[in-house]
Amino acid sequence: MLTEPAFILKSMLKVQMSWPQHISLKVVRSHSMEDLFFCISAAMEAPVDALPEIPAHAPYLLIGGGTASFAAARSIRARDPGARVLIVSDESDLPYMRPPLSKELWFSDDPNVTDTLRFKQWNGKERSIYFQPPSFYVSPQELPRVENGGVAVLTGKKVVHVDVRGNKVRLNDDSEISYDKCLVATGGTPRNLQVIERAGEEVQKRTTLFRKIEDFRSLEKISREVKSVTIIGGGFLGSELACAMGRRCKSSLEVIQIFPEKGNMGKVLPEYLSNWTTEKVTKEGVNVMTEAVVKNVSYQDGKVVIKLKDGRVVKTDHIVAAVGLEPNVELAKSAGLEVDSDFGGYRVNAELQARANIWVAGDAACFYDIRLGRRRVEHHDHAVVSGRLAGENMTGANKPYWHQSMFWSDLGPDVGYEAIGIVDSSLPTVGVFAKATAKDTPKAATEQSGTGIRSESETEAVASSEVTPVAAAPREPQQGEEYGKGVIFYLRDKVVVGIILWNVFNRMPIARKIIKDGEEHADLNEVAKLFNIHED
Amino acid sequence: MSYCRQEGKDRVIFVTKEDHEAPSNAELIADDPNDPYEDHGLILPSGEINWNCPCLGGMASGPCGEQFKSAFSCFHYSTEEVKGSDCVDKFRSMQECMQRYPELYPQEDESAPQGGDETPSTDPLAHIQDSDQGSASAPEAVLASEDMSSTDHSATS
Repeated sequence: MLTEPAFILKSMLKVQMSWPQHISLKVVRSHSMEDLFFCISAAMEAPVDALPEIPAHAPYLLIGGGTASFAAARSIRARDPGARVLIVSDESDLPYMRPPLSKELWFSDDPNVTDTLRFKQWNGKERSIYFQPPSFYVSPQELPRVENGGVAVLTGKKVVHVDVRGNKVRLNDDSEISYDKCLVATGGTPRNLQVIERAGEEVQKRTTLFRKIEDFRSLEKISREVKSVTIIGGGFLGSELACAMGRRCKSSLEVIQIFPEKGNMGKVLPEYLSNWTTEKVTKEGVNVMTEAVVKNVSYQDGKVVIKLKDGRVVKTDHIVAAVGLEPNVELAKSAGLEVDSDFGGYRVNAELQARANIWVAGDAACFYDIRLGRRRVEHHDHAVVSGRLAGENMTGANKPYWHQSMFWSDLGPDVGYEAIGIVDSSLPTVGVFAKATAKDTPKAATEQSGTGIRSESETEAVASSEVTPVAAAPREPQQGEEYGKGVIFYLRDKVVVGIILWNVFNRMPIARKIIKDGEEHADLNEVAKLFNIHED
Repeated sequence: MSYCRQEGKDRVIFVTKEDHEAPSNAELIADDPNDPYEDHGLILPSGEINWNCPCLGGMASGPCGEQFKSAFSCFHYSTEEVKGSDCVDKFRSMQECMQRYPELYPQEDESAPQGGDETPSTDPLAHIQDSDQGSASAPEAVLASEDMSSTDHSATS
């Protein structure tokens, strides 16, 4: 920014050239002077080695190197010309997107996929899971002096302490970085089951808590080496991994999925749809065991033995625990940040602000949604939307959370849905369905646009491809064709607070509009008409 | 005729194409184009460029962001008969910058990018903003169709 004192100083210094070269200035721990001193050293063109590896000051400091952080970095750079953004990540990887780790990467035909981490997108083009290649970023060392600013990522470092009054953080190596604006985007850590934690080392080393690239690499290797994998958990991650592994390793690997609910996505989908989905997951080659509560886990005779409360026993080689995410709120104490007791995570206002100069975005943010109330959302698009919003507000926008994020899931080629808002199966729902034809699957949607994700043999026909009869009288739906495609409304006090688009694509804007309006609609079938579910 | 059943608290309705043929009588609230809370497309109600528009991908935020903004602003406000003809220098400067980062800004005739990509077509964060797309008066290449994330689910979110 042109009024930034450092900028003015730098311009002045260029005229003055009476300073000796290679001055190494002691870093003064007063943040308002930090920037000036660094610009002085930059103007003197000190050799790169003289610059500290970790800058002592970052105007924009983003804690966490995931999706929310990256989205914020981009937003800040778009709005503040020449912004200098430092991301501090405890992972060794540059920022990347998580959804392909449990979906597209498993569908890849490339034997090197665990190295390249590349996948085919909807439009047929390949890309890496990394948001940007290394050349996009500047080094943390050069961040203070690079001409037009940039984004730097400090990997393998963890922020352990935030001094809110002093506007600075301390890392796990004791170095300190001061900031003007700070984002906390620390995400979460996968939960584990107590029975596994108590089960001893032999079980724990055969258990994966899935979240990161290293977990994908490790599990992919394991899936090729063992005979049986059991996934505990029936939500998004568990079901996606079950389908991905069931599909990829059909003949060589037994895939079992166990969870307490009555069907896959039992906490999200109304019962009839959860049951239908469970059948589909089973068709992907997964042995789904519902209403299964784990009593204890042990290692016996070379097998991991899972005993369920109802007496059933599962013998397997490896466990994947997908039982939820614990938001990372370790900084709450030092930073004096409030933690929400209902939803977990740092409590922030509608503008995602926690305290002066501190914002929170992504999985760790418990925020006030003006339309839907206080909530915490653990989806990729929310990380993007909230990260972007936090970045806007860090550059002075003062906008509340308003643009609703969405999420999606694909469970095999026949089940794909997009959703928005509060999608909780405990709410009353109204589902409006059309009879599905062969044209209405995610696979078909991409094929029609000429960009098939994967090739299918001709014998792999899609079921229930009868032509919809023109009938005046109601007709009892046939088995297996009932929930091909449609739209499901989730209601709270007669207002639609959540919508699922079931095998119906490219209609999210309408869904978003209905949620935003927050109106009571007398006849939801009329609302359903807006979605044109019978068309492609 | 539609067919309906109740499964506990959940209602299920089955409809044929004919059932949904008549226009909907559901009422939607008219949008306020000046709503300060709304995400806008490429052009803000004030006429300024929204550099944070997901439709731009990372163009405004990457290493050549400043050059891009400079060139694009010039184009946007250009009143020349051939719009942007007074901005050639800025576009050249932008191009020179982009050539230094071929990984991020692949040239037209190159094959698919190796890593991430600044251009909107494969930007993992870009949104397609619903209706505002049409109001942009930007060069075609910049507003190529975007991809928000890995799947087509987000293509028009």
